[in-house]
Amino acid sequence: MSNIPSDLRYAKSHEWLKVEADGTATVGITDYAQNSLGDITYVQLPKPGAVLKAGDVFGVVESVKAASDLYAPVAGTVLSVNPALQGAPETVNREPYTGGWMLKLKPAGAPATDALLDAAGYGKVTG
Amino acid sequence: MSELQRTPLRDFHAAHGGRLVDFAGWEMPVQYRGILDEHRAVRRTAGLFDVSHMGEVDVQGPDAGRFLNQLVTNDVAKMHPGRVVYSPMCYPDGGVVDDLLVYQRSPEDFFLCINAGNIAKDLAWIRERAAGFNVKITDRSSDYALLAIQGPKAAVIVQSLTGAKLGLIKYYHFGEGTVAGIHCLISRTGYTGEDGFELYHAASDAPALAEALLAAGAAHGLELTGLGARDSLRLEAGYPLYGHEISAEISPLAAGLGWTVKLDKGADFVGREALVREKAAGPARRVIFFRTGDRRIVRAGATVLAPDGSAVGTVVSGTLSPLLNESIGSALVTAAAAAGPLAVEIRGDLLALAPVKPPFVPLKQGGVA
Repeated sequence: MSNIPSDLRYAKSHEWLKVEADGTATVGITDYAQNSLGDITYVQLPKPGAVLKAGDVFGVVESVKAASDLYAPVAGTVLSVNPALQGAPETVNREPYTGGWMLKLKPAGAPATDALLDAAGYGKVTG
Repeated sequence: MSELQRTPLRDFHAAHGGRLVDFAGWEMPVQYRGILDEHRAVRRTAGLFDVSHMGEVDVQGPDAGRFLNQLVTNDVAKMHPGRVVYSPMCYPDGGVVDDLLVYQRSPEDFFLCINAGNIAKDLAWIRERAAGFNVKITDRSSDYALLAIQGPKAAVIVQSLTGAKLGLIKYYHFGEGTVAGIHCLISRTGYTGEDGFELYHAASDAPALAEALLAAGAAHGLELTGLGARDSLRLEAGYPLYGHEISAEISPLAAGLGWTVKLDKGADFVGREALVREKAAGPARRVIFFRTGDRRIVRAGATVLAPDGSAVGTVVSGTLSPLLNESIGSALVTAAAAAGPLAVEIRGDLLALAPVKPPFVPLKQGGVA
C-alpha cells in the first residue's frame, strides 16, 4: 500500500504539493506514482524563472518502462529545482516526499489548493 | 487479466512480491524489487527467472535431423547428443519465423525451445514443412516449466542441489539429472551473457524447484529476477529479441546474425536462396547497436536521423544500461546510413547515437555458440 502523508495536497495526476510556512510551495510525485513507474532513470525539470499555469506540463519523469509528463498542481513561478535528481533520479523512488522533491514554486497569489485533493481524497484515486 | 495464460509459478511470483503484467498474453513478473537492482544482481551474483511461458516442441523420428537441417538456418547435422544449437528459422524470403534452441537427445530425438508469443505460429509452420518427412512433431509447451538461473554464482548454487557434474556440461551443452530431487534437463545456456543454466522440468514440479533454488541461492546473493531485467540484460549482451532485432521483415543477415546462417551446410534449407542473394548484394538494411552517453532512454519506434535530418531508420530496442549508466539500444537503418553519424530526437533535443559492436559490457560467456 502506498504512503500518503496527511499534511500534503494531491493532484489526480499524482503530484503532491506542500505549502511551506513562508508561502512557497514544494512539488513532487507521490509514492504511488514512483511505485507505478518503477525504476526512475531520468527527471527533466524546468529552469528557475519558468512561469507555470495550473495543469501545465513542467517536466518529464522517465523510468525503464516509460516517459511520463509532470503537471503543475498550481500556478506559480519556479524558484528552484532539485539539483540532486540530475545525478541521482532514483532518489524519487526512495524518498518521493522528501529527498525526491522536484520544484519549489512561488505561487501566483494565494495557492489555489481547493482544486487539489487531501490525503483521504487521493487515497480513493489510488484505491 | 482473466484471459491471460499463467505459468505454474504465477502464485510463487505473487507471494514473492512479483509485479505481474501481460507479456505476450502471459501473466508474468516484470520485476520484483526493481529492474535495475535485479539486472545488477545477475551480473554480480545470480538471478532466477521463470521463463515457463517459452514453448517446447519434440521433433522425433528417423528423418528428424534431416528435417531440422532444412527447417533452420544453422547446421544441425554437426550436432551430437547433448549439444544445443541456436538458430533462426526462416521463411522462403529470408524473413524470420522465430529464433530457437535445438537440443539433440539422440540422432532421432530432438527438442526445440521457441518464443512464447510464437508458439501457435511456429507449430503450424513446422507441421506444414514436415510434410513428406518421417517425423513426429509434439507440442510439449504445457508439460514443461522452465527456470533460468543466471550469473557468476549460478553454477555453485545449482551444484549444491545436484549430483550431476556441472563442470562436464559445457556452454551450449546439456545433461539430464535431478536438481533438488526433481528431474531436469540441465542446459548450460541463457539470455543474459552470464554463465548459467536453463532447467526444463515437469510443470507440476516448478514451485518446489523454484523454492529450492531460492533457498540454496540466498547465501550467494541470488535474487528473483523478472522479464524487465531479462530484456535489459539481453540487450546489454547484444542478443536479438524476436519482433525487435529479428522479425518476418528482418533477416538474420540484416540482424548481424550471419554466423547462424550456414549457406554451405549441404542442405537446401528454407530461405537459403533468398539469403544467398541477400548476402551477395549486401543487406539493404542493417541492425546497429548504439550508446548515447545520456540517461534519456531512446525507445523502440523512435526515428533515426542522418546528419541532413532525413529519416534513415527506426529504433528497435532501447533501455538504460545499469552497468554503463547510459541509454543503449539497437536500430534498423539503411545500409548506406549504417556507417555514418546517426541521431534521434528526444523532446526537442538531438541525441547522437555512437555505434557499438556488442556486447556493451565484457561478458563471462561468449556470444557465439
